[in-house]
Parts: sequence; C-alpha cells; structure tokens
Amino acid sequence: MRVQHIISIRDFTRQDLDSFLDRAELVERGGFDPRMLEGKILALLFFEPSTRTRMSFASAMARLGGTSISVDSVEASSIAKGETLADTIRVVSGYADAIVLRHPKEGAARLASEFATVPVINAGDGAGQHPSQTILDLYTIRRSMPLDGLEIGLLGDLRYGRTAHSLAHALSLYDVTLHTIAPPGLDLPLSVVHELRRHGMEVVKHGDVGKVIRDLDVLYVTRIQRERFPDSASYYDVASSYRITPDLLEGAREHLIVLHPLPRVDEIDPAVDRTPFARYFEQSRNGIPVRMALLQEVMG
Amino acid sequence: MKKPEGKHALIVGRIREGTVIDHITAGEALNVLKILGITGTTDECLSIATNVSSGKVGKKDIVKVEGRELRKEEVDRIALIAPRATINIIRDYEVVEKKGVEIPRSLVGVVRCPNPGCISNTSEPIESRFEVVERGLHCLYCDWLITKDIAGHII
Repeated sequence: MRVQHIISIRDFTRQDLDSFLDRAELVERGGFDPRMLEGKILALLFFEPSTRTRMSFASAMARLGGTSISVDSVEASSIAKGETLADTIRVVSGYADAIVLRHPKEGAARLASEFATVPVINAGDGAGQHPSQTILDLYTIRRSMPLDGLEIGLLGDLRYGRTAHSLAHALSLYDVTLHTIAPPGLDLPLSVVHELRRHGMEVVKHGDVGKVIRDLDVLYVTRIQRERFPDSASYYDVASSYRITPDLLEGAREHLIVLHPLPRVDEIDPAVDRTPFARYFEQSRNGIPVRMALLQEVMG
Repeated sequence: MKKPEGKHALIVGRIREGTVIDHITAGEALNVLKILGITGTTDECLSIATNVSSGKVGKKDIVKVEGRELRKEEVDRIALIAPRATINIIRDYEVVEKKGVEIPRSLVGVVRCPNPGCISNTSEPIESRFEVVERGLHCLYCDWLITKDIAGHII
C-alpha cells in the first residue's frame, strides 16, 4: 500500500487501516529506524489552536530523526495578508518534505492535497475530518481487544463532534455494534446513521448511559460543548446527566475501556482516572506510535 | 404561429432554429431558464409551457429557446433537476437531433456547497466538486450531502 496523502478516513479500506495499526504496533515495539527521516523536514501548518496534535506530530518526527518547522496561527502567516491557502501550500511545498495541516474550513486538507507537491496529512479541518485521531482511537481499542465483535458506545455531542463521526465511519468497516448516547438535539445526524447502516453496522440509540453501560466493551466519550446551549444552567443540567463517574461504572464489564479524545472538561469525573477502565491518557500517548507510522507511510 | 390541430393540441409556436427542451419535470421550467441564464432582461425568443399533460410522465413542462443550442454544461445542470428531459435541436423547423439528458457522475463548478464552513465557499482558486450518489450530491471537499432542493444550489 502506498498512500501519498492522509486526508479522510473515508479514503481508506479496512485493509489500509489494519496496515497502519500493524505498523504503529511495530513502531511501539521499537521496530523502527530512528534515523529513517534524517534530513527530512515536516511543516506543521496550524491555523487553529492545538496542543497535543501539533506536539505529537513534532515528537513523532523527531523520534524518526527528522525536524519540524511550523506556523502557529493565522495572525503569524501570510493568510493574514490575504494569501489563499492554495498559495501557502504551494510555497510551503518548497520548504518541507511533508505538510501537516489544521485549518478551520472543512475540506481544507483536500484542497491542500490538490496544490501540494509533497504529502499532506490532515490534522483536523473545521468540523470535518481528523484521520490521525481516528487511527489512534482504533489503535487504543485494538491494544486491549480485537476490533471485531465489539459493543461500542459513543457518548456526548454526536451531532457536531468530528471525532465521533470519523470513528463511527472507521468502526463500520469492522464487525461492531454502535450504541449512541447523546443529549437531545445533539444526536448522530440521520445521514451518518443511514450511511453506517448501509455499511452493515447495527446502530442503537439510547437516552441514558446508565442503561447501556453494562453491555459495552468500549465507551468513547466526547465533549459536550457549552456553546451549543442557550445558557449555562441548561448546559450544566444536560452535562451532569452525561457525566461518567465511578458509580456509573459499577457493574460494567471487567474489560470495559473508557476513551476520550481530550481535552476533557466535565464529562469524566477525575475519580474515574484511578479505575482500570480509564484509558484516555494511554490513548493520548498512542498518538506518538500512530503518527510515527503515518509519517513513515508518507515519507519513508 | 402554427394553428392548433384539434382541441387538445398545444398552442406553442414552432421554432426555426434553436432548442426544445421537452419532458421537463413539471414545475421546473423556470429553474431551467435560470440554468440557461435567461432572465427578463435577456433577448431570447422563448416559449414556455408548464403542467402540460403528457402520457409519458403525467405532467411536464416544455421550454423552447429560439436561436440557441445548449452547451454540455447546461445540459448537465438541466439533468439534475429534470432527469427525464429530452433535448431537441431544431434547424429550419426540423428536429435534427434528439437526445436524453444524463446526470454526470461528477459535477465540477455546477453546484454550490450549502455548508458555509466548506473550503469551496471561500476565495480559494477552486471550483466546487460533487459526486452524484444514490441519495443526492456529495461534496468532495467537506462531505456534505445535498438531498433536497438541488435546483436551489445550482450555480
């Protein structure tokens, strides 16, 4: 398999994803050449705030012997002078051997791939795709259990949350039953549900996480954004009924893992961190082997 | 104008040179004009018939445009809102070519993405790109799916 760009999880088959996961596993076991990307330069173009994605790409590049150059904000770039993204990408293609892009507009990475002469990796385009996050989510699940035959719960803002859509799409390539748990009005869009069902996935909607928690192998929690609610009171009212606590996890399957793309706010009680269910920090760490695998894929 | 032949005949004039777009989905004739860029200020000689009874499709609209043969881009746009339309090219009052329309598999610069957050709605040097899927039109930039009011999004 040879992929030039990594833009959307939709571009990949199950075989492609398995190949990324295998490669990440090999990297994690030390099976990589720390000088593999020596002399190569990675451009980190982040036109939206990011801490962990940007740092983990820089770290992954350094571990493979390469170096990174970056633009951290629109204000600091020629975009502020009115330059198009297309021109920025054409210019940066001359400075680096690959580009990691985060941009507020959906489809920005696809556009970048059309103008770039080097590989482009999408690190989040607005409410759109964030494929490296999805691959590390899959990787974290697969480290605990095989990806087939699972009951996976998606909880939180499933309407606007890009990580939820992207992960649901990737999971539809596996034999997974998806349980959705979302506040009213923040359900998984019907168009997404229809698409998942067309792929043969069983999608079950629930109103109360307490009623389904005992049946789950994986609970994937996403942030419920305060700005989606008319006032703080209604936000707290909803958010509190979707909060994961040690009490809620009583009676859950022993091997249940709780994931969250981070940063979390109030969705998971910090007391859950001390339970064996909590895997979100491990999930975050898995960003390194997964992104090393992706950098190897496009530049190696 | 040709005289009506019997009481059920249409009172729509024949044209000498131009195009007759027949079997347009009933109610879409004005959208077809919009696609062709025909407004009250342009000078084409036009005949429009709407909600005409048709044995083939129940009700249909017909548009006749004098002195104009359609370009492929125009036919592709018409196909989106009137997939059963037929295009008749007329020369010297005779139909010299008759063809159906076909919805192309991909549409470049034909439809505007309704997603305000889509990169194709910015000043970037690109045209919108959609693929035609079973349930509508799929934006190849932002993955938005247009399932209704396609006419309202035609550029």
